[in-house]
Amino acid sequence: MIQNNILNLLENDARLTSQDLADVLNEDENEIKKIVKQLEDEKIICGYHTVINYNKALRDQKVMAYIEVSCTPQRNKGYDKTAQLIANYPEVDTMYLLSGDCDFLCLVQGKTMFEVARFVSDKIACVESVLGTKTLFVLKQYKQSGIVMNEPVQDDQDRLVVTP
Amino acid sequence: MKELSNVVQQIKPSGIRKFFDLASTMEGVISLGVGEPDFDTPWHICENAIYSMSNGKTHYTANRGLLELRKVICEFHRIRYGQNYDPEKETLITVGGSEAIDLAMRALINPGDEIIVMDPNYVAYEPSIQLAGGTVVRIRLKEENDFKLLPEDLKAAITPKTKAIMLNFPSNPTGGVMTYEDYEKIVPIIKESDIYVISDEIYAELSFDQEFASLAQFPEIRDQVIVINGFSKAFAMTGWRLGYALANKEVSGAMTKIHQYVIMSAPTAAQYAGIEAMMHGIDDVLKMKNDYLNRRNLLVNRLNRMGFKTNCPHGTFYVFPNIQRTGMTSDEFCSKLLEEELVACVPGTAFGDSGEGFIRISYAYSLDHIKQALDRMEHFIQNHPLKDID
Repeated sequence: MIQNNILNLLENDARLTSQDLADVLNEDENEIKKIVKQLEDEKIICGYHTVINYNKALRDQKVMAYIEVSCTPQRNKGYDKTAQLIANYPEVDTMYLLSGDCDFLCLVQGKTMFEVARFVSDKIACVESVLGTKTLFVLKQYKQSGIVMNEPVQDDQDRLVVTP
Repeated sequence: MKELSNVVQQIKPSGIRKFFDLASTMEGVISLGVGEPDFDTPWHICENAIYSMSNGKTHYTANRGLLELRKVICEFHRIRYGQNYDPEKETLITVGGSEAIDLAMRALINPGDEIIVMDPNYVAYEPSIQLAGGTVVRIRLKEENDFKLLPEDLKAAITPKTKAIMLNFPSNPTGGVMTYEDYEKIVPIIKESDIYVISDEIYAELSFDQEFASLAQFPEIRDQVIVINGFSKAFAMTGWRLGYALANKEVSGAMTKIHQYVIMSAPTAAQYAGIEAMMHGIDDVLKMKNDYLNRRNLLVNRLNRMGFKTNCPHGTFYVFPNIQRTGMTSDEFCSKLLEEELVACVPGTAFGDSGEGFIRISYAYSLDHIKQALDRMEHFIQNHPLKDID
């Protein structure tokens, strides 16, 4: 239970310190440290990232594409072996096995469209048992991790500063 | 020009106004002074209002409000709070809970009637009583009793002139609550003295550590109770101005009579939003409530560590820390904190004389925002060290 609470809180704000977590959850700070360490050791917490609006930062310096990959599952291994071969490439940011028309969906990042295209044709398409790929370039990001991007800068100004 | 109304001139200017005026002229202020949720209204609720407008629902509704809304409100109150009211004769939709408070006072008060209020209390109660021609009688709520109403204090305050008692639990500004067991002790007093109870239950959904209780749950005094509630706090709908009153059919009828002349009907789009909120919005409420709970814990723990004695509030989104160890009055403390650290809080005295020595801190802000404000407060007490008092 407390594990879940810690995960929920850190998922929304990875900058919360163990003291903050202890205060929020009415727990002892050392206990929190122990649990977080355990979660990290067990790879339940796999990293701490920042949500960045790339529409604003690094404009024209980063290209994202979703690659649909079809493949033949292998005897005794199913999809996992092929998945491993693709997921190991650092260019692949996120990867899922899907139901439906394609098998894998990979989010690939590169500096230019050409770089991404070459990665797909030279690397992913050549992986054993891959039958075909379809590349969908991202034109604009509207929302990520629950955060709507590109909203006009707004803070508390909608609310009066002091009210009853 | 001729003189303005004496009653209006006698009403004290709001103690909150001063801090609002000051804070809104300053740059970089971190406010902990807001009495409304930081969350935007959940989108599906807004969407239902938009849908209603695009379908031409832009006319007056019945004076009491849309019957469909009254039905879902009564159903909601029956299931969640065990309160039973008739949607046709005992329910009135108002422009925020504020209107319902005003209507209740006007429906009950004859000149000279006494209305008992808790001190500290929400800023609108006393002016509403005065405007209706009533006399305010205060019961001082104490920190050591968790700001609860004690039966002996109630007994002592009741006179033959007492018409009603105004309650607000969970309470703005103290965050204090009354449990079912607490109410059990005062029910016989209310029954015997035959006074009305105006119960502002706007923070009912924000009850954290205990089930919400209401005097309207006691059948023996049910007809003496006027329940006031609304959508603002629970569903983050302050700007929609949508509230309601539940009361026996005579009282409800009298309130409706005033309402039909001064208001007509509550905003129609807001009423459609209200239907959606009560039918499908409870998960949003529970999620927001969980966030409030996290923030409360952070505030209570850190304030106590700093040396401000802070009772754990069991409801609302306010904490009411004791600042007497600073040696300052509430007003001084809030003014200095605003000037020196740009943190805006509301002095306890804005809610009545018994608020002296306390400040109201709202946690209708993100954890991050609250942390920044607390860091500034820590800096403040480094410059103004706390004194030891017995």
